[in-house]
Amino acid sequence: MPDPAPSAALRPVEALGDWTISIIASLGRFLTFFLRALGSLVTPPFKFNVFVDRVDYIGFRSLLIILLTGAFTGMVLGLQIFLTLSRFGSEAFLGPAVALSLIRELGPVLAALMITGRAGSALTAELGIMRITEQIDALEVMALSPFRYLVVPSILAGLVTFPLMTALFDVIGILGGYLVGVKLLGLSAGTYFGEMQTFVDMRDIMTGFWKSVLFGVVVTWVATYKGFHVGHGAEGVARATTQAVVLASVLILMWDYFLGSVLP
Amino acid sequence: MIKVEKLVKSFHGQPVLRGVDLEVPQGSITIIIGRSGGGKSVFLKHLIGLLRPDSGRVVIDGTDVTHLEGGELDRIRQRYGVVFQGGALFDSQTCGENVAFPLREKTRLSGREVAQRVEASLAQVGLEGVGRKYPAEISGGMRKRVAIALALVTEPQIVFFDEPTTGLDPILVNSIHHLIRDLHRRHGFTAIMVSHEIPEIFEIADTVAMLHEGRIVEHGPPDAIQRSANPVVQQFIRGEPEGH
Ligand SMILES: Nc1ncnc2c1ncn2[C@@H]1O[C@H](COP(=O)(O)OP(=O)(O)OP(=O)(O)O)[C@@H](O)[C@H]1O
Ligand SMILES: [Mg+2]
Repeated sequence: MPDPAPSAALRPVEALGDWTISIIASLGRFLTFFLRALGSLVTPPFKFNVFVDRVDYIGFRSLLIILLTGAFTGMVLGLQIFLTLSRFGSEAFLGPAVALSLIRELGPVLAALMITGRAGSALTAELGIMRITEQIDALEVMALSPFRYLVVPSILAGLVTFPLMTALFDVIGILGGYLVGVKLLGLSAGTYFGEMQTFVDMRDIMTGFWKSVLFGVVVTWVATYKGFHVGHGAEGVARATTQAVVLASVLILMWDYFLGSVLP
Repeated sequence: MIKVEKLVKSFHGQPVLRGVDLEVPQGSITIIIGRSGGGKSVFLKHLIGLLRPDSGRVVIDGTDVTHLEGGELDRIRQRYGVVFQGGALFDSQTCGENVAFPLREKTRLSGREVAQRVEASLAQVGLEGVGRKYPAEISGGMRKRVAIALALVTEPQIVFFDEPTTGLDPILVNSIHHLIRDLHRRHGFTAIMVSHEIPEIFEIADTVAMLHEGRIVEHGPPDAIQRSANPVVQQFIRGEPEGH
């Protein structure tokens, strides 16, 4: 045995080094993956029919969950904010308070988290199964780029559907707040919507919009990346799916904070 | 002609290919035999550019394809047909759509011409009328045959078969072998096939190569292989358990 003492002492350092290298290597792969997708986006042909299919998969099929969570989020906000504001006697500001929380923060974040859970996980699992059953290899040997057929349409669909789903979430949420604040707690409809119009401006809407666009790209990017790089067998697919959901959710919250502090 | 030189590949320090040398003449059928887990699929994946070797090279018609990427690799792959060991059909599409897929994406054939060629291709493998079914709705043997129809529908010049008949009944094994031989006579493609069907393969192979412990240990026409003095080869083609 060649002197074990120094190597034993260095083992934690070595492990830390290995860990750092592997983190940087996977970050590199993650970035390269996106650049390759960009590369096949700017070179024709564009697979429009696959894109439409993905919009259906990511967007349309998430409609129900968006409607449900949006309505309840708005109702919870309506109730809680009303109770808080009534302590100061300023219930009149319920409308703008609900709308601003939804438009700037909760709409983009919650809609993105919901779509991650519903469509992001399914996307990773689908691509993962295609990987382990060699369907992705088959595309490649047919000289048909898997990026063009699988990755680009999904990321673009995320880019398009997330803002739409977020807008829907916001609208339904505002109506949920209306239901509780106006119909249940007796605020006047004119106050609810009137104050909203006064206090919510285009900047708020654009903040929410840019957030949702970015989340759309991040979620589909993570989901397709994890699906492409699954380990072996059913367990590998299961693990990749979990990792995709966790990573996408963490990134959504991190970016939300970051964007919230740089966007006006 | 396909020429493989000193191909070496290990996974996580575990050597799988330890220096494979093989020449496949144009228009011939070469069959690779060897123990399960011996690296036959890994070897095929190097030929079609899905895996990169640690060292060694693959030369196809004078072009070194070992490190080709992007458009250049795609140009070589246009000439390939591949039957994967698991079939690798797209399970979101019907069998007919699967077979039509490379035609729709790679050629300018009209919808009707595509449909005709798909139907003819499926009929060739004895699967008339399964076009509308999904891969999950047909038997494993039928899926293998759809995969063969898919690989051949573009009339490739080089076809790779990874165990195209494993799991089929003996009658189907023979009919698939005849099919491959007939198509080979008609189209003159070069075929490289991994197969465990001994002795049936000796009837259709021009060359048989045995992959053992990461190397080609024997290589020649079927009768030479059958008469081989190499005990490893004899043991394998007789199916004797190890240590006899
Ligand atoms: N992507 C991979 N990563 C790690 N190891 C691999 C990979 N692909 C294959 N192997 C290993 O290489 C060895 C050879 O596998 P391969 O699939 O080529 O066997 P085979 O000869 O085709 O067997 P069979 O006849 O059962 O299909 C196996 O030990 C396998 O575990
Ligand atoms: Mg194999």
